[in-house]
Amino acid sequence: MQQYSVFVPRLLPKEEFLAPGYRSCPGCGETLIVRMVTKALGRNVIVTNATGCLEIVTSPLPTTSWRVPWIHTLFENTAAVASGIESGLKILKRKGKLGDKKIKVVAFAGDGATADIGLQALSGAMERGHDFMYVCFDNEAYMNTGVQRSSSTPYGASTTTSPVGRGVGQITWKKNMPAIAVAHNIPYVATASPSYPFDLMQKAQKALNVNGPAYLHVLSPCPPGWGTPADISVKLGRLAVENGVFPLFEVVDGKYKLTVETGPLRPIKPYIKAQGRFRHLNDESINLIQERVKKEYDVLLNKIKCGA
Amino acid sequence: MRKRVGMEVSLACSEAARLSRVDVVSAYPITPQTHIVERLAEMVAKGQLDAEFLCVESEHSAMSACLGSSAVGARVFTATAGQGLELMHEVLYVASASRLPIVMIVANRALSAPLNVWGDHSDVMAVRDTGWIQYFAENGQEAFDLVPCAFKIAENRNVLLPVMVHMDGFHLTHVVESLYLMSQEEVDSYLPPYEPLHSLNPDKPVTMGAFAAPFIYTEAKKAQQEAVRDSKQYILQAWKEFGALTGREYTPLKSYMMDDAEEVFFVIGSFSEMASVAVDKMRERGEKVGLLSLKLWRPFPTEELKEALRGKQLVAVLDRSLSPGTESPLFTEVRSSIYDMREKTRVIGFIGGLGGRELSPDDFEQMMERARTLSHNGFVGQAEMIGVRD
Repeated sequence: MQQYSVFVPRLLPKEEFLAPGYRSCPGCGETLIVRMVTKALGRNVIVTNATGCLEIVTSPLPTTSWRVPWIHTLFENTAAVASGIESGLKILKRKGKLGDKKIKVVAFAGDGATADIGLQALSGAMERGHDFMYVCFDNEAYMNTGVQRSSSTPYGASTTTSPVGRGVGQITWKKNMPAIAVAHNIPYVATASPSYPFDLMQKAQKALNVNGPAYLHVLSPCPPGWGTPADISVKLGRLAVENGVFPLFEVVDGKYKLTVETGPLRPIKPYIKAQGRFRHLNDESINLIQERVKKEYDVLLNKIKCGA
Repeated sequence: MRKRVGMEVSLACSEAARLSRVDVVSAYPITPQTHIVERLAEMVAKGQLDAEFLCVESEHSAMSACLGSSAVGARVFTATAGQGLELMHEVLYVASASRLPIVMIVANRALSAPLNVWGDHSDVMAVRDTGWIQYFAENGQEAFDLVPCAFKIAENRNVLLPVMVHMDGFHLTHVVESLYLMSQEEVDSYLPPYEPLHSLNPDKPVTMGAFAAPFIYTEAKKAQQEAVRDSKQYILQAWKEFGALTGREYTPLKSYMMDDAEEVFFVIGSFSEMASVAVDKMRERGEKVGLLSLKLWRPFPTEELKEALRGKQLVAVLDRSLSPGTESPLFTEVRSSIYDMREKTRVIGFIGGLGGRELSPDDFEQMMERARTLSHNGFVGQAEMIGVRD
């Protein structure tokens, strides 16, 4: 395993597998993540991509940004397509039709495609134990269709289908997708953030080298969806880690471990106040969220402490 | 001389898939196709078939996994029925538009509600426009034969389209028939290994499933439309080659007693054998009745149908599905196909055999009797349901 953090960044792979010219918004977290993850994985991969922003901004016919083999089919079936690819590769290798090269199957999908509509397919693929890695870009709503709430939208966020009105916007708490992945007893689960590139790339490499399903849940700041300026996406990603909203950890064979230690948690208020989607929240709501974040962080620390 | 064996038709279909050397079988259990994939799972487990058997969590995922396996260049087979076909509906369009040569047996079944697992063509008609080549088996031998044919057609580089082999649930899937199986050598001589034109491979990266804006979507669809239309010649070619090998040649329309027939039954699927018994009885009475059984459903054999119906007085079309609020699909298709013929053949529509309801030869005789009356009265109304209680 390469320890990227001990190298200076310029020693990172120069090769880009996502060709320039894709049409993502300025400050897009997703395409940052894809560039880093594909750099970490190298060229011996096959990517299957759920419907969503990434597919739209990288593949308008007759052009493509993909320098690795890539397939998009539908919204909710990415993990199932990955299962099929992996099984196809397995049998073709067994029959001597494909050489011995290790080819990793990588699924890219948003939070809606993962936590909502594609959860069944993902659960099935993880349960069957396919050798593939799944990367969820969590921008916390359906951004491609114009910012509608998903089950991964945080409490209090205003979206077009969880509008503020007389309430607080989203009234449910974010679904814990990493925990759902862990519950499938797969060998590798991790959270990551493009604001911590070395951590993200190392995790992508670990996922690559695991034999069996690996799940990466990556926070993906989204300027138009979050109501933020394009130049603070990376900063927001850092804040989310430092305040415990999105802690960076990995779960190897069921054992939890923090991968980025941040010291005492910072208050969430600056993170909340920086984003248009939380603009309507009063101190009372912010305190409620603060308590919840603290509670969930403690649960996580407890899992780490117990060696769970 | 080849030997006949007695075998449940579903198991014969599994055998046909095995002989076709499928690489990946991705499936989900649903009555009445379950026996097909159960047997394939058993073959893989016992080492009789070197394939990956993917037991997925839904039909949507079954077909989605087929997409993935086919995209890397594997030969892929699946089977489903009724609700399962409905659940994979949107995936079917992707398979055909992506030009992935997947083969699927559909054990035709009614759609809920009310829940009904028996034979019916509602599931078929719902996937009519998905861009798959589709044909019907009317007996066990055809179901067996049409599987290797399906791979041969699908994988032809001039075709590259998925193929659905339809067979009636229970009426075919669960009966034991006496049929000729093929040897591995025979199938191998007919069906060469699959060499994909494009596949997902890091050595030569390709992008599959890019999105199309309005300026190019229509062109993409036109290409698909032409591919399906043009596939007919290769379907005929594959059937001809199969005929040369086995002596059993298939045609888009199967004719029975059609030469001098004036009145014609038009059916699809397993009811054609029942209808042929009725034809025999009516012929004994000197009635000039014939039977057309549709094999090729997509692309629709319009020219062959026109030719077959030229100069006939009337054709009684039996649909095993409904299109509530308008006429049933087969009836509409037949009538529209022959509409511009100079000499008119009257088309009378009937709906029957829904949800596994039996139709006897007597029912077919009565159907023709009723068709004559309606024709005599200048039929302009809706298709009638037969064998139904008021």
